[in-house]
Amino acid sequence: MKQRKMNGYLQAGLLLTGLLAALILLGFFWTPYDPSAMSGGEKFLGPSLHHLMGTDKFGRDIFSRVLQGAGTTFTIALCTVAIGAVCGTAIGALTGYFGGLADEVLMRLNDALTAFPSILLALVVISILGPGKKTNVILALGLVFIPSFARVTRTAFAALRDVNYVKSARLMGASSGRILLVHILPNTMQVLLPAITIGFNNAVLAEASMSFLGIGVTPPDASLGYMLSEAQSMFVSAPWYAIGTGLTIVLLVFSVGLIGEGLQRRDKGVA
Amino acid sequence: MKYAAKRIAMLLVTMVIVSLLAFVAFDLISGDPATAMLGTEATAEKVAALREELGLNRPLLVRYGEWLAGFFTGDLGTSYNYSQPVWELIAPKVLVTLCLSVLSFLLITAVSIPMGLWSVRLDGRSGPLWRVLDGFRTAFNQLCMAVPPFFTGILLTYLFSTVLRWFVHGQFPSLTEDFGGAVRYLFFAAVTLAIPRIAMTVRMLRSTILGEMQRDYVRTAISRGNDRGGVLRGHVLKNSLVPVVTFLAQTMAEIVAGSIVVEQVFAIPGLGRMLVASISNRDYPVVQAIVVILAFWVVLAGTVADIINQRIDPRLRLGGGA
Repeated sequence: MKQRKMNGYLQAGLLLTGLLAALILLGFFWTPYDPSAMSGGEKFLGPSLHHLMGTDKFGRDIFSRVLQGAGTTFTIALCTVAIGAVCGTAIGALTGYFGGLADEVLMRLNDALTAFPSILLALVVISILGPGKKTNVILALGLVFIPSFARVTRTAFAALRDVNYVKSARLMGASSGRILLVHILPNTMQVLLPAITIGFNNAVLAEASMSFLGIGVTPPDASLGYMLSEAQSMFVSAPWYAIGTGLTIVLLVFSVGLIGEGLQRRDKGVA
Repeated sequence: MKYAAKRIAMLLVTMVIVSLLAFVAFDLISGDPATAMLGTEATAEKVAALREELGLNRPLLVRYGEWLAGFFTGDLGTSYNYSQPVWELIAPKVLVTLCLSVLSFLLITAVSIPMGLWSVRLDGRSGPLWRVLDGFRTAFNQLCMAVPPFFTGILLTYLFSTVLRWFVHGQFPSLTEDFGGAVRYLFFAAVTLAIPRIAMTVRMLRSTILGEMQRDYVRTAISRGNDRGGVLRGHVLKNSLVPVVTFLAQTMAEIVAGSIVVEQVFAIPGLGRMLVASISNRDYPVVQAIVVILAFWVVLAGTVADIINQRIDPRLRLGGGA
């Protein structure tokens, strides 16, 4: 029996992610200032106790904007990973467990798709769906993340197809659906959970990149990527805008990355 | 050689499929270019005349064939937005993006291979200090991968353009007229692209080589009195090459994708910037062409890696090869 202890990476990652998630959740209901309220007298203020991350050229409170933007980015990343993980696992489970021609064809297609960087695929899909809408961004990224999840889960399901506990479940007359969901799925968590953390981070970065390029989320929806592109143009007079926004992305990706690292180390049995 | 020929044939087939998909997809969504080009002046007769002129009345496959041939003859249609031939618009940009990618690739290999080897050499020491250092290394690695290139890009632009004035942001020198200046400008963008990839490559090198060090033949070699460094240089490195080459091909693909964002940050007039602008403007002939060129790049990198790997490892010649 493998020991399943917490390790430093996992603890630090969970703690940081928890804190960030709590802040973001708070941001949905309450922000220190109205994120879009302009104030002529408070332009380009540096960080202070009143404005934690300062203000921008319209006198808007950057901390409030970052909270709101992080909320959008977080939501999009979660939805994207949910689409990718659920559809990908379903495809991976069916093809891995049943095999056959469909498996062969789908996996060839999968190999071809995963050879392309996700941001490139997402750009193609978004240009087909139409740029600038939140739902389209989620759909485009979600679609793009399906193949990688399918590949990971397919390998796991194919490996567990003929192990003894699955065979015995089959002998006892369990239906295929039950075997897949109750017997095999929980045992694929070891590969699925790190894949989800990596997928989440890729989604955050991909969404931020697309919004940065102006074809992801566009105003009035705020997103960290769009804010960063706005911040670049006023870097000289308000460097705290770019730094605050950028560090928020870094922190989010870093903390989830730590969870992934911790999970992988736990499963390999290294401290 | 037979293998290489087969692999190149596969590359061509893949490209035909990719380009067909791109052509059909953009043909379906783009609606009627004739109506779009005429705008408010569109009357039924004018639209019909323009459709005839643009050759839109012919079957899809015929138009696809002509378009595909255009990659060799240089006739890829006309941009809706600039009313200029697509080829003329993108040809100079291909060169810029190519320079950026190659520069970044060279940086990644030049920095990450020594760093990876160094990190392997440090491995295996015990004691609390090394454990702490190992933790720092992992955390630093995660941090490098967490910083999005556009954020690094903004910071580097500020430091090297606004403060140090080593290059002027937004004034990209022409590649043909001032090659040195252009390379200097591209260098900072290449660094931006390289940082997260260097972190990943070092990590990958480390785990590949350490994994290889666990193999029986290494244990045997060491038990026969060879030293660790000698075994590493003489045997392990050669055996670790195949996954590394594959990873570097992926790196090339990621650089191409990353260049789209980095060109925007550094205001470099490359393919990526053109792609983004064309997506926003719904300039589909340009999008189509750029997508196929970038896809070709990615597939080419994979093909070259496969051919190299098959040269390195004779076992691959028996298995999936010719």
